[in-house]
Amino acid sequence: MKTYINQGNQDTRSGFGVGLAELGRTNPNVVALCADLVGSLKMDEFIAENPERFFQVGIAEANMMGIAAGLTIGGKIPFTGTFANFSTGRVYDQIRQSIAYSGKNVKICASHAGITLGEDGATHQILEDIGLMKMLPGMTVINPCDFNQTKAATIAIVKHQGPVYLRFGRPKVANFTTEEETPFEIGKGILLNPGTDVTIVATGHLVWEALQAAETLEKVGVSAEVINIHTIKPLDETIILNSVQKTGCIVTAEEHNFLGGLGESVARTLTAAQPVPQEFVATQDTFGESGTPAQLMAKYGIDQNAIVEKVKKVIERK
Amino acid sequence: MPLLKQALLLFQSFSSNFMPNTQQLEALVQQVRRDILRMVHKVNSGHPGGSLGCAEFFVALYQEVMTHDFSFQMDGKNEDLFFLSNGHISPVFYSVLARSGYFPVEELDTFRLLDSRLQGHPTTHEGLPGIRIASGSLGQGLSVAVGAALAKKLNHDPQTVYTLMGDGELQEGQNWEAFMYAAANKVDNLIATVDLNGKQIDGSTDEVLNLGSVAQKLDAFGWTVLELKDGNNITAIIDTLAKAKSLTGNGKPIAILMQTEMGNGVDFMMHTHAWHGKAPNDEQLEAALAQNPETLGDY
Repeated sequence: MKTYINQGNQDTRSGFGVGLAELGRTNPNVVALCADLVGSLKMDEFIAENPERFFQVGIAEANMMGIAAGLTIGGKIPFTGTFANFSTGRVYDQIRQSIAYSGKNVKICASHAGITLGEDGATHQILEDIGLMKMLPGMTVINPCDFNQTKAATIAIVKHQGPVYLRFGRPKVANFTTEEETPFEIGKGILLNPGTDVTIVATGHLVWEALQAAETLEKVGVSAEVINIHTIKPLDETIILNSVQKTGCIVTAEEHNFLGGLGESVARTLTAAQPVPQEFVATQDTFGESGTPAQLMAKYGIDQNAIVEKVKKVIERK
Repeated sequence: MPLLKQALLLFQSFSSNFMPNTQQLEALVQQVRRDILRMVHKVNSGHPGGSLGCAEFFVALYQEVMTHDFSFQMDGKNEDLFFLSNGHISPVFYSVLARSGYFPVEELDTFRLLDSRLQGHPTTHEGLPGIRIASGSLGQGLSVAVGAALAKKLNHDPQTVYTLMGDGELQEGQNWEAFMYAAANKVDNLIATVDLNGKQIDGSTDEVLNLGSVAQKLDAFGWTVLELKDGNNITAIIDTLAKAKSLTGNGKPIAILMQTEMGNGVDFMMHTHAWHGKAPNDEQLEAALAQNPETLGDY
């Protein structure tokens, strides 16, 4: 089993903050907007260095999306920052008409995605955002897995012409990807561990959980291939199909409802090309609740234990 | 030279440096009315009422007020920009864009047809020159205009951003987020016109959801408010837009509250909300066109 070293727990939102600050220094067209959540989105460094390129819009997300669309017309590349809930569901029609349908080059950067937002509870824990965003024609959807990958993704999306939804989170989690070993490229899955018995495709916070699960499985003689799909749309179908050709079954893992998420995109790919048994590690069409991230991941079945169980189940179905 | 081509050349030249006189502008308004009526009649759909009410405004803006380049670049650097928020009045927008040289007037004949660039509501998606944002779902245009105005400031571009929105549209909350933002952040290169025709789909704005005093509301929000009582008088529109322009750069965004008559220029379409989204039948078209004889040549 290939081992990855945790360089120390860090939050993915801080990876966004560092990436945005770097863009501020390297790309004069990058501008940032925030709806009263500067600290939560870790945007302080960009703001301190580029006050004229930052727009505090207040608690008015709809207006923020419209202003961002307008800024692109003058050649700017706007990065909007607020929680995932307020970045998507609250402003869906603004994104749909003024950004996606209008083909505007806006980068929608969404923190506190999923259930690991924790104690604030279900009002803030959006588990439907990947589905909402991937259904918009022309929208690229990215859910990086750790601090380094979030930083790399933030920097990468500036070169992509078109709207992007970049989803990251609140808790401090293992930081293990590196530029050398696991470089980030939009739309390109990363083979983290080669295996022969089962494919585990994971996104976001579930990637580290998948690696832990693979270690556990190795001890009981199960060889798991672990793939990090950070870009849910466009999906790297090749890496998934190549893998299931070898393993013959798949488990998808994500911090999202099983309806509309990564698992559903993978299922669509498999049914069209090469149907194999699939199990979903995802929330089961439910809202979340208050609790610590670890408690919630356990209760809602989206941690390494859940992955191990689903792997056993899917192998039986082969 | 055929009349149509002659008219086209005449009005394309207006876009660059030749300033038309009032009579010529009114002739164009009348031709635009014919375009609107014929476009919606052909496909038996579309929104003639609000379009007719704003014909003078669009002609004034595109022929007299804005500095703009009809060869069209999306970024619109160093030219004035216009955003239509109430996208359902696309017929007047398309007609004036075509007759200002953005695309061939013959293309007006494709309005709302399959594979047309002239979608029911304006869009950038089909690459129609002159359109910089999709609109139709209401209440979004002002925010976009604010963003474009902020980009102009960042680019040290001294030109002005214009937008038009409907009065019923002010019932959408996003407008008030944008009004608040623009005043708080001194977006003073922005002139937002509200088409106060007092009507919306379900009836008068008073009946559906009374707007109260829009002037007092915008004043309280920190905008400079200009009231234009006769929004169907092209001279009055030009004067008011000129005054608005003279007030830019003073730290406050500018609103023009423009009272118009929905269905203006067609007697049976005026003083009613019935023609908001209804096309005339053959007899009604004939009657409406008879009230507006051809001036510059039909497409």
